[in-house]
Amino acid sequence: MTQGILAFGAYIPWRRLQRKAIADTHGWFNPALKGQAKGERAFCNWDEDTVTMAVEAARDALAGRARSSIGALRFASTTFPFLDRLHSGIVAEALSLDADVSTIDVAATQRAATSALIEALSSATETLVVSAEKREAKAASPFEMSSGDGAAAVLVGSGEPLARLLGKASRTADFVDHFRSLDNRFDYQWEERWIRDAGYMPIVPPVIERCLAAAQAAGKDVTHFCMPATLPRVTNAIAKAAGIEEKAICDPLHATLGDTGAAHPLMLLVSVLEKAKAGEKILLVGFGQGADALLLEVTPAIGKLSKCLGVCGHLARRKEEASYGRYLAFNDLIQLERGMRAETDKGTPLSSMWRNRETVTSFTGGKCRKCGTLQFPKTDICVNPNCNAIGTQDPHAFADQRARVKSYTADRLTYSPDPPACYGMVEFEEGGRVMIDFTDIDAAALQVGQPMQMMFRIKDIDQARGFRRYYWKAAPAAAKAKEA
Amino acid sequence: MAKGIKDKVVILGMGCSKFGERWDKEADNLMVEAYTEAIADAGIDTKQIDAAWLSTAIEEQHVGKSATPLAVALRLPFIPVTRVENYCASGTEAFRGAVYAVASGAADVALALGVEKLKDTGYGGLPQRGRGPLNDMVNPNASAPGSFAQLAAAYRAKHNVEPKDLKRAMAHISVKSHDNGSKNPKAHLRNKITIDTVLNAPTVAEPLGLYDCCGVSDGAACAIVATPEVAKSLGKKDLISIKALQVAVSNGLEAQHNSWDGSYFATTRVASKRAYQEAGIDKPREQLSLIEVHDCFSVTELVTMEDLHISPEGGAIKDVLDGFYDANGKVPCQIDGGLKCFGHPIGASGLRMIYEMYLQMHGRAGERQRAQEPVFGLTHNLGGFPQRNVAAISIVGKFGA
Repeated sequence: MTQGILAFGAYIPWRRLQRKAIADTHGWFNPALKGQAKGERAFCNWDEDTVTMAVEAARDALAGRARSSIGALRFASTTFPFLDRLHSGIVAEALSLDADVSTIDVAATQRAATSALIEALSSATETLVVSAEKREAKAASPFEMSSGDGAAAVLVGSGEPLARLLGKASRTADFVDHFRSLDNRFDYQWEERWIRDAGYMPIVPPVIERCLAAAQAAGKDVTHFCMPATLPRVTNAIAKAAGIEEKAICDPLHATLGDTGAAHPLMLLVSVLEKAKAGEKILLVGFGQGADALLLEVTPAIGKLSKCLGVCGHLARRKEEASYGRYLAFNDLIQLERGMRAETDKGTPLSSMWRNRETVTSFTGGKCRKCGTLQFPKTDICVNPNCNAIGTQDPHAFADQRARVKSYTADRLTYSPDPPACYGMVEFEEGGRVMIDFTDIDAAALQVGQPMQMMFRIKDIDQARGFRRYYWKAAPAAAKAKEA
Repeated sequence: MAKGIKDKVVILGMGCSKFGERWDKEADNLMVEAYTEAIADAGIDTKQIDAAWLSTAIEEQHVGKSATPLAVALRLPFIPVTRVENYCASGTEAFRGAVYAVASGAADVALALGVEKLKDTGYGGLPQRGRGPLNDMVNPNASAPGSFAQLAAAYRAKHNVEPKDLKRAMAHISVKSHDNGSKNPKAHLRNKITIDTVLNAPTVAEPLGLYDCCGVSDGAACAIVATPEVAKSLGKKDLISIKALQVAVSNGLEAQHNSWDGSYFATTRVASKRAYQEAGIDKPREQLSLIEVHDCFSVTELVTMEDLHISPEGGAIKDVLDGFYDANGKVPCQIDGGLKCFGHPIGASGLRMIYEMYLQMHGRAGERQRAQEPVFGLTHNLGGFPQRNVAAISIVGKFGA
């Protein structure tokens, strides 16, 4: 049986900060920013983090697939919100994966995702590899300009892969071009020329060479070369050194997304897989305290894959953000007067959260086996007034159901980090309804009957205790991916 | 159906504090203010009260839990005192407790007092607070206006109404209540406004603007009830009796079952029907003299006109704009200014509505007195949210009518 990539997906937040807005604000201080003030970068809504993005990327990859065969989940990031809480565990519950699934968070290097992918491709277990990144950058830093938030996911397993592994190689080197320690919120980065000349150039080409040799392939065989690097000309120089044609270098998505850090290798891989054809070869490289290289060959199965939204679809689902202020506020880079209503302490009720995890994390409701009524949440007594049977509800998954707005408001009185707070009643197309927060929505465009989809989001952040709770929200339904 | 309580209990006396921003008063001062008026009106002594009910909803902002705050404030002589809370319908619940006690024969004289001291939060509007661990994990961080605003979206969709037409009818409701409140010396808001004031006000929760929302007030209201025999023995004439008391409580249907369309109050429709039956009223539009409804928001009042089976379904906008519910209309609604302008000290509001009926029926409503002598008055006291609420209806009227 061949291990390979069975499915892929991505997630990119809705809002795209116009880089010009950054330069307009900080150009007085750092005129060099004006040279970077082109294009846009994706940034998380206030209710998103690496966990929520990972869930959405995984849902994109798994759309329409049974999840029961997934035996392992690897979640790679350097920007996990917790130091001691299993993020892949949250993702697994949000995806309603089997409770016996093996989960590991892979962290602390920009090549976390490529290492996790190599491990998954070397294992016989069907493995979901997901990577998400939401890097924090100091205001007015070049890093703020070049970064983007996002997530990508690939499902690895046997069967009929749409891309199979031809070769792989890795090297470890404690080459520290940047770092972030426990005590520091932001990265500390060394000079770019040194990173290129003493880092990328000596370390990466030999790893590529070994990878290609293992696959009995040459640089010229590579159709798509995916290697994230924000430094100018590095990718071209590596390609040249490895004998890869310049036209094989894939779009780094700098103009439309920004560099998504540890998630970027998978992001580029997904962006390439979306348009790849059978027989094409993809060289994927991750760089960070060494390097990983994988050579994949696209199989004819690529033609049979039902299309996910992927990178392309998510780039199209976009809201231009010209206000740098909103970016600063969402990223906690400015101290806003949030008003007294923001002081409400809702606590962190761990026991209740655990007891209600099916409702809260998995968004599982009930279906009455006597009358068939779908209802959320699942309760002991059926809500149908003509039934009211006791103890007849089977678990029913609501997360992937489409819904429509039944009633709504845009509330400017209650506290919201992104006022007005939009919420309302949504009715699921198969039945059932819920009063729920809306997200990624233009208040002015709200209307009854609007199609919605559910998304996994941050519900509340408990500032006093450093905890965050997740739940589901309704967002305008994305246009369904076009058939290939 | 049970026989009900029609004419079994009469109102002996009532009192109401001034509503508003009572910066210089504690909740117990407000309770005493309402009580001294009520006990003087009843013409009895504190020792003659057999049992008492206290209603307050957001007690963590002022008196704390239990019925002891009432017993202590009034120095009630170790009688049974009970505290009730049922969202914003708490006031009617206290009244129901006292009335039922008398109707059952367990008490000859009983007292109901509602109080709320809401202005110690530091900000406008109702206090923002936790609603329990699971609710906080799943429910939107909804404000009251945000919850009730959704009625408008659903009502427009159901009846195919243009937003501006609904908004204009809502504005008429608020202008009418300000007109009425201007004549009420105890009202929180006594300024007159125009349609343009409402339409041009800042938005609170789409489509509700500032003037679509009621005041949040400090205040207390009190009722003393007794058997007709006790009242007569005290020399009382022109008795006002309780004709009906009905409560309907959401059971999750509206929130979870797709049979409710979000444009009306399922509870109010049921409770009002039962109340009419209990009171022997079969044509509410013709028989009711006055109504006081829970106009927490203009749109609530509008849809309630239909839910009380006074305006036909989809016909409230026309009735409102025709002036049917104005002070000089066929069935005046909120002749005292309503929650909108008299104010809304939550636990007191249901009792305040009955207080107004009592004054109007005794011809003691001053400048705002209805010329045509009222016979039946209905109060509608609602708590919660459109999708999950408590509807409490009382009908009072001339004894024997």
